[in-house]
Amino acid sequence: MLTDHDKQEIQAELARTPSRRGALIEALRVVQRRAGWVSNADVVEVAAFLGLPVSQAEDVATFYSMIFRQEVGRHVILLCDSVSCWVNRADALLTHLRSRLGIRLGQTTADGRFTLLPAACLGACDRGPVMKVDEDLHTHLTAEKIDRILESYP
Amino acid sequence: MTPAALEKPLTGRMRADGSPVLLRAYEAAGGYQGLRKALGLSPKDIQGEIHRAKLRGRGGGGFDTGVKMGLMPPPADLPGERYVVANADEMEPGTMKDRWLMEGDPHQLIEGLLIAALAVEAQTAFLFIRGEYGEPMARLQQALGEAAAAGYVGANVLGSGRRVEVYVHPSAGRYICGEETGLLGALEGRRAVPRAKPPFPVVSGLWGRPTLIDNVETLCNLPHILARGAAWYLGLSLGPDGGTKLFGVSGRVKRPGLWELPMGTPLREILFDHAGGMADGLNFRALLPGGASTNFLLDAHLDVAMDFASVEKAGSRLGTGTMIVLDDRTCPVGMLLSMERFFARESCGWCTPCREGLPWVANTLEAIEDGRGEEGDLQVLADHVRLIKMSATFCALAPGAMEPLRGAMQYFRDDFERHVREKRCPWK
Repeated sequence: MLTDHDKQEIQAELARTPSRRGALIEALRVVQRRAGWVSNADVVEVAAFLGLPVSQAEDVATFYSMIFRQEVGRHVILLCDSVSCWVNRADALLTHLRSRLGIRLGQTTADGRFTLLPAACLGACDRGPVMKVDEDLHTHLTAEKIDRILESYP
Repeated sequence: MTPAALEKPLTGRMRADGSPVLLRAYEAAGGYQGLRKALGLSPKDIQGEIHRAKLRGRGGGGFDTGVKMGLMPPPADLPGERYVVANADEMEPGTMKDRWLMEGDPHQLIEGLLIAALAVEAQTAFLFIRGEYGEPMARLQQALGEAAAAGYVGANVLGSGRRVEVYVHPSAGRYICGEETGLLGALEGRRAVPRAKPPFPVVSGLWGRPTLIDNVETLCNLPHILARGAAWYLGLSLGPDGGTKLFGVSGRVKRPGLWELPMGTPLREILFDHAGGMADGLNFRALLPGGASTNFLLDAHLDVAMDFASVEKAGSRLGTGTMIVLDDRTCPVGMLLSMERFFARESCGWCTPCREGLPWVANTLEAIEDGRGEEGDLQVLADHVRLIKMSATFCALAPGAMEPLRGAMQYFRDDFERHVREKRCPWK
């Protein structure tokens, strides 16, 4: 269910755009900020609130990488897999993270603590390998450093 | 300003500790003087100054910014809403320059965006920024709040009667949003599927209205061009294009980083003097001069001047000017695989050569790298390089993806053949 707060935020987006559709992606992200992800029911409800066909909401909800369509863990790890980090041996760090967390890319740990996702170039190529955990950028990664970083996200 | 700061107009103000230059410091160092100058000029005269400065687009395309502004029909011919958009969706692999500009000196971008809006008589500006760029976004929001409170942004810019509203719009993710017509789709609440051109966005862009879209670094040049003039700006460059350029080096070099240098600085100077050459025990093999969508350059090309025409003559493109270095202990096939997987994943899926071709290329490279390569695989790769070109696709994503592969097939042929022959990656 959209909360009153969701509706207020979506109304604010509508004020900035000349078409109702212009607020659609942001409306889905309003839901995600509160709920952590966007369910099928949320997609239907956002479309109804904006007076748009469900197909239009589904269309964008399935396209953008930062709109999560499955429940995610308390913390989301985005490990850069682009070329500069790859040259700096980021693939070994992926192997490390997978065995350390016991999950593959796209999965969430059984305790609901971490979700591991690949990320396109995070724009810190001179400090690679890099990853983001939630909103924090971590640079110059090594396996040992990753272990320490994970400890700080309970 | 000190002479050193003069040579680095885009980054000279930045603080050593990496904290952002806020309004008072920005103004004290000459900030918003370009905007004040622009407010006293006609849109045509602002465009003229930018045109004379020979400012070519810094997002990778290299299109002349003044010419692009001039292609927008004037309000007399086409009344109604018109827009400017800062393309801050930096996601070209190996590219970290716009993050630096936004984090270090956010007002500079806002001032550039305001000048662009005045130049094409737009009243609404969008700053479309990568969703993953949390820190740059926070700093831009803070700067925008300061700029609005000081009267630089809003209904009556510095009491001039001109209105420019600026909105920060975070992207919901994906590389294709950085393609300018894909970006328009994202802002309109659609999929970021590129549109066929023409019409170009300057004629029919956001919601069908004339829209000027420029890269962050491009826009950051505008305050300086207006404040100090086109002649000064041209003098910053060593070559035919005006200004300085942010150059970057990543990969296994001694000092990876970013530097603001004259446009046309020799490649060798950037790689060896600034980045310090290769890390200990490694030798230089090749580099991509401007992101993953540019072709490789070799040892023989190191004296090339880093400007648009010279790099093109050497068989590649200046692109974003942020280079990625391949050393002799790293597998070129593996490097290509990393890049082609990226491009295959980031394809929007709209047109067939890209949607079907790129996964085919990535899967073929994966087979070769994993020791499952077969005789005909190199031909499959060569066919894609030949067939996926600008006239065959809606946008530059897939043709760009073929650029490094084209060079790799030519320069690292032995490496590919050895993978297939030995049924393994010789670097593993």
